[in-house]
Amino acid sequence: MIGSPQPARSDPDRAAVPEGAHRALGLTDEEYAGIKAVLGRPPTAVELSMYAVMWSEHCSYKSSRAHLSRLPTKGPQVILGPGENAGVVDVGDGLAIALRIESHNHPSAIEPYQGAATGVGGILRDIFTMGARPIALMDGLFVGDLGDARSRYLLDGIVRGVAGYGNSVGVPTIGGQITTAPGYRGNPLVNVFCLGLLRREHLVLAAASGAGNLVVLLGSRTGRDGIGGVSVLASSEFAGEGATKRPSVQVADPYEEKRLIEACLELLSAGLVVGIQDLGGAGLACATSETAAKGGMSMEIDLSAVPRREPAMSGVEVMTSESQERMLAVVTPENLATVRAVCERFEVEAAVIGTVAEPDPDGVGRLRIRDAAGGEVLGEMPAASLADDAPRYRRPIAEPADLAARRAVTVTLPDPGGRHDDALLAMLVDPAWIYRQYDHQLFLNTVRGPGEADAAVLRLAAPGIAWQGKGLALSCDANPGWCAVDPRAGTAATVAESVLNVACTGARPLALVNCLNFGNPEHPEVMWQLTEAIEGMSEACEALGVPVVGGNVSLYNASDGADIEPTPVVAVAGLIERLASPPPAITWQEGDALVLLGEPASALAGSRYARDVLGRAAGALSPVDLAQHLALCGLVAELVAAECAPAPAGVLHGVHDVADGGLAVALAELAWRSDRGARTEVARPEELFAELPPRALIAAADPAPIEQAAAAHGVLARVIGRAGGQRLTIGAPGGAVLVDTPLAALGEAMAASLAGRLDAAPATH
Amino acid sequence: MTDAATVGVLCFPGSNCEHDVVAALEGLGAAARIVWHSDSDLSGFGGLVVPGGFAHGDYLRPGAIARFSPAMGALSSFAERGGPVLGICNGFQVLTEAGLLPGALMRNAGMRFVCTTVECEVVSSSSVLTAAVPTGTVLRLPVNHYEGNYTVNAEGLAELERNGQVVLRYRDNPNGSTGNIAGVANRAGNVVGLMPHPERASSALLGSADGLRLLESFLAAVANGAGASRAPRVAS
Repeated sequence: MIGSPQPARSDPDRAAVPEGAHRALGLTDEEYAGIKAVLGRPPTAVELSMYAVMWSEHCSYKSSRAHLSRLPTKGPQVILGPGENAGVVDVGDGLAIALRIESHNHPSAIEPYQGAATGVGGILRDIFTMGARPIALMDGLFVGDLGDARSRYLLDGIVRGVAGYGNSVGVPTIGGQITTAPGYRGNPLVNVFCLGLLRREHLVLAAASGAGNLVVLLGSRTGRDGIGGVSVLASSEFAGEGATKRPSVQVADPYEEKRLIEACLELLSAGLVVGIQDLGGAGLACATSETAAKGGMSMEIDLSAVPRREPAMSGVEVMTSESQERMLAVVTPENLATVRAVCERFEVEAAVIGTVAEPDPDGVGRLRIRDAAGGEVLGEMPAASLADDAPRYRRPIAEPADLAARRAVTVTLPDPGGRHDDALLAMLVDPAWIYRQYDHQLFLNTVRGPGEADAAVLRLAAPGIAWQGKGLALSCDANPGWCAVDPRAGTAATVAESVLNVACTGARPLALVNCLNFGNPEHPEVMWQLTEAIEGMSEACEALGVPVVGGNVSLYNASDGADIEPTPVVAVAGLIERLASPPPAITWQEGDALVLLGEPASALAGSRYARDVLGRAAGALSPVDLAQHLALCGLVAELVAAECAPAPAGVLHGVHDVADGGLAVALAELAWRSDRGARTEVARPEELFAELPPRALIAAADPAPIEQAAAAHGVLARVIGRAGGQRLTIGAPGGAVLVDTPLAALGEAMAASLAGRLDAAPATH
Repeated sequence: MTDAATVGVLCFPGSNCEHDVVAALEGLGAAARIVWHSDSDLSGFGGLVVPGGFAHGDYLRPGAIARFSPAMGALSSFAERGGPVLGICNGFQVLTEAGLLPGALMRNAGMRFVCTTVECEVVSSSSVLTAAVPTGTVLRLPVNHYEGNYTVNAEGLAELERNGQVVLRYRDNPNGSTGNIAGVANRAGNVVGLMPHPERASSALLGSADGLRLLESFLAAVANGAGASRAPRVAS
């Protein structure tokens, strides 16, 4: 029991906790009082450090949790929804997918390579801890304007970090998204998604059960890296002190993780562990308390048994270190020798660091931290209090004072009868510079890789799980431009676009995971943005029938007092029932009719044209009619799925969604990828760049079957032109020519977008 | 069970293409089995593949540690006896570090990792990988590497060319390799290394099935008993 240990000045674990120490750890006075109330006494140093990380915004979701319950999470296919390490969804044939997305924003702002790399490592552990083999990664990246040298440095480091980890650990990165906008200059965002495939019977949960079972720490030794990462770094704003926070960033070792993946998957498939939990944010403090709390058990931890990278680490450091590539497994004593043998083969260190025990006589499961086996107790806490008793805040919410005035603005196209070639060319981005640095082909599953179609398409298979003919479509989407103007309608539109993207590859949506990146929740306007975004996401997910199976909230994304724009990122996974042929790509053929499907779009508010070309972040966003959008997605999925069948219909030559950048950008992307021009006409000049509602453009030799199918689904269809020639020409009614550009100019603009800015000396051949 | 028609696919800690190679070979009707790097007994295999990945993390030069694994000693003996040996990507790096193939793989000229599909031309049929593919055949093959820039000095290059040891050349070089070299063989033609991944071009659904032509050629060599059991012993 905790008495009054004799304080030794040089011993940080036993020294009396100085008055006010909690503030330096990121806890408020009220939260400190809460800890004392839970314990019935002041906390020891070890306890205080553990509460500080577990009650941080990053771990406890204390500002957002009250609002997240609004999200729809149910569906017949959902096996596990939010609250676990990953969502798990049934895909038939006795198989399930595990999926999750997480942010690693703050570490990437400080140290882009390591921040991004450890983000990949962390999300992988969330997936294989469920017993799933990770088979796909996607990354959502947001950096400042690339005219700025620091933003180029950050993007370069982040991409190298994702590549350095993902490629080496052996999991393909098959998609993602890139946004550049000045607001991310001081606080870039790195969101990483991972999906794994598992046999349903191999699903394992993170609960410690069985008194007498052993707590085994697998993987890397524990060092001094990443201490306070979740509290000091991820739960406060940046204000120009980046360099001093560098020690809070972890260091990545993908080779260790690769061996850990193989060892854990073997342990899990052989049924050698009772429960398993990854170590990420808050390190051992999190993994021990969560597994004990989920199992309703007590747990004894022997600090001296934790393998360390350096001597003289304190208990505080050991319990809160965020050293990467570690897992906590609960193992029966009988299985220990076999577990050790498996780990030895993969050169993974395994150390017994504690035991599971019956709950205390008062019925409470407590976590006891001892300095040695049977030694002095340095901390003793109800396990569930760390995970569950964090305060939940209903922070003040206020819509921006100038909201009505901003929404009253109408964004118009200047010179509607003139030429818009330059604006179009300036908006073109070729993300190949990013994804060519990522292995996107490993495991022989990639049927449509990054850039080829609106969603990545994989065979539903993994090493050890043979392909049975199904396909998986994955899309990662965000549009802070829409959300800045209207976080609710913008988030709904983001979900709508993501669902359309998977429909464009013939898939019906199975599930969505989200990463909610927002500013400082102590600002009432940020809380308004967050709650509006959750509302919009809920409306869209309900209307489109997509359950939210997991998520992550990243707050305090702000630098030098400025909050980022609201940036909800979504990733949608869809299923293609029969994938015998690749779905049509973003391409067209000579003479193809170009059929635009969907409701007309003409409002420019929130569009990239309004933001990047006009510099306007105002106006009223056109809300997406979700019922109409559902019909559109159903139509497109049906048309495309017919092309994936063993005997393809042969009607569609290409398909592309129309959203970010509007119709002009969609046409330019199609023309560039096809190396073939087109002559088209918009209904009105604003349609060039209007983005909402999301629509789909289909290329086909004969438009008649598409028009008939559209009519049957109640979707508007309009032939807007024909593919052919060496120029992209977009006209308007009355004969005005809005765009008339040679293909070469499109290519030059694409090449200049990323590669031209980031490769000072292009590769020479 | 292994027999002279079974291909052994070496796996080091950090290898990651071993399952893909096995799948592609099995798709061609062959028998293939993954062999852990600590296994020093490779008897019974008719051919050996060192697959892609990041053996031992590639924290030193790629392949610099892998070449010391027990399985590599057995692989070297197998190669000396004329057995068909194929190194793909990281496996190519391992074979050059082990001295079984000439030259070295340096960092890409662009100093970035590159994953894309390139066109390669078969330029010599005097190897187990290309014996069944006519010279001049152009294949679409994926590449995926950071250290794929094949480097050899002028004298070495002249010798390779003279002996027909350059088996595969890029038509659009992704990494700056000397002479656009994508793959080389040893003098006897039974040991081949290449940076492109033939196993990734194993199905039209994945974008190309061209890699199967190379793997078929390799399997034909295995079936013809170029391997351990019947190959003449080379004096060493």
